[in-house]
Amino acid sequence: MAHQTTIAALRQKYLTQETTPTKVVEEALTLIVKDDADIHAYLEVYEAAKAEAATATETFAREGNAAPVLCGIPIALKNNIMFTGHTTTAASKMLENYVATYDATIVKKLRAAGAIIIGATNMDEFAMGNSTENSAFGPTKNPCDPTRVPGGSSGGSAAAVAMGSVPAAIGTDTGGSVRQPASFCGLVGFKPTYGAVSRYGLIAMGSSFDQAGPLTNSVADAELLHTIMAGQDVNDMTTIAPDTYPEVATKDLYTIGIPRDFLATGVDPDVMERFEEQVAALTSAGHTIVDVSLPLYAKGLAAYYISIPAEVSSNLARYDGIRYGTQVAGENLLDGYEKSRAEGFGAEVKRRILLGTYVLSAGYYDAYYGKAEAMRELMREELRAVFETVDVLLTPTTPTPAFALGEITDPLTSYVQDIFTVPVNLTGVPAISLPMGTVTRNDVSLPVGMQFVAPHGGDARLFDIATRTFDQRT
Amino acid sequence: MTKDDILNLGALARIRMSHDEAAALNTEITAILEYVSQVTDVVGDAALTKNVGPVHNVFRVDETTNEPEQYTEALLAAMPERSGRFMRVKKILHTED
Repeated sequence: MAHQTTIAALRQKYLTQETTPTKVVEEALTLIVKDDADIHAYLEVYEAAKAEAATATETFAREGNAAPVLCGIPIALKNNIMFTGHTTTAASKMLENYVATYDATIVKKLRAAGAIIIGATNMDEFAMGNSTENSAFGPTKNPCDPTRVPGGSSGGSAAAVAMGSVPAAIGTDTGGSVRQPASFCGLVGFKPTYGAVSRYGLIAMGSSFDQAGPLTNSVADAELLHTIMAGQDVNDMTTIAPDTYPEVATKDLYTIGIPRDFLATGVDPDVMERFEEQVAALTSAGHTIVDVSLPLYAKGLAAYYISIPAEVSSNLARYDGIRYGTQVAGENLLDGYEKSRAEGFGAEVKRRILLGTYVLSAGYYDAYYGKAEAMRELMREELRAVFETVDVLLTPTTPTPAFALGEITDPLTSYVQDIFTVPVNLTGVPAISLPMGTVTRNDVSLPVGMQFVAPHGGDARLFDIATRTFDQRT
Repeated sequence: MTKDDILNLGALARIRMSHDEAAALNTEITAILEYVSQVTDVVGDAALTKNVGPVHNVFRVDETTNEPEQYTEALLAAMPERSGRFMRVKKILHTED
């Protein structure tokens, strides 16, 4: 396995001419050929990256430190993010041959900053899942232990970084899909405040939840990529202005809230041991740790699996096999719709569409969708009140380390794995997952993560405490 | 929830499915609905109110942001069945034979 590196270290090597973008991209492509037949992090690798790397090498030779901030940095892109002229499948048979006709805003921004998009990464179909086993093109394996899942839905992006092919990858996070794979693969994963980053050009899953975020080997890299991707976008009216939320200041010392009741059951004992070590280290560093109660937050999962299927059933209604995507010929228009969608969608996607259709149907709307949306508001209020007394929240990112491929087949058992991550998306606050050491399963060391959560607009505060908790100690 | 309910949801969602598939989905969806039903107890009688955080209208100038024909060919090329500048679809209106 190649050496894992950071964007900052790579740029330094470009500046000192220890290596060049040409060499780095060639090495990455060689590594992918060698290792990815087994790992399957990538759905496609772009040969054009070589030519872009040659140009970047010239740019560095000519401009040195004036070269754009991501010049020559290879980055992998989750395959639900539009990149003009490239197949954008969302890991679904429905979009198996779909070619993006425009760039996502974040792709435009990353490339304008000099990034080289080296390939498209595997994912759970339409981002529904937490293991990447729901990909229509086969699962991705965890580079830390290939008998285990890398997490999901951005599992390919996490594996691409963990296998050492790129210093960073972009994922999308609807209920933990950046943070949970980051936790399972020993990476930093960031989910911005809802609206901080444009969703234009992301294949929609839950439009009131989705945000794109980076998976990296350092907090500094995550902050750099987020800063480049963030900002208001005329093509996404839900993007926020710098003053949409009151200022969330950085501080020398923080008051950190831990919802102890919420962690009392269901978390593996050795994951809790790693967590307590981190809590002790934060206390030693002078931060104040307090116990907080978040009874609604702890029950967020129930609201999530109402609101998400509802938004999924609406968003995925567009795939009719008529204008683009998989078409199965039918005897008439309706027959064609039904056959195309039966053929194009996988089991989990169908499950959520049907569930969403049910909770939005007349007679059940008030009992399910109405209650779930009311609960999201109550959760926001609960969080607002808690953030009057604490600066950030801290939990493990996941209750367990990476589980084995094929271990979890029951949908509800799978959903419960996301108990710590979904409340963040339900309420729209930002969160970051950081590695917090390893636990051992079958004699293999597996990474586990911890999650800081900040108030709306508190992205900078998260980077501040995360840098001090992780970057400055490693 | 019964298997027929699932088949009916499939018809509403335009997804054809076999009876076996519907039976499996019935078991899974019934279990999920039972789990998510706890929102009723948690929320109680609280009505849906949007009063936390910024809720405001967002406006923009009503103008096109792309050139005429900029995407036309790419979009036509993505169509499964195309006829020149048109998309070919099945007949929608049926006459009694």
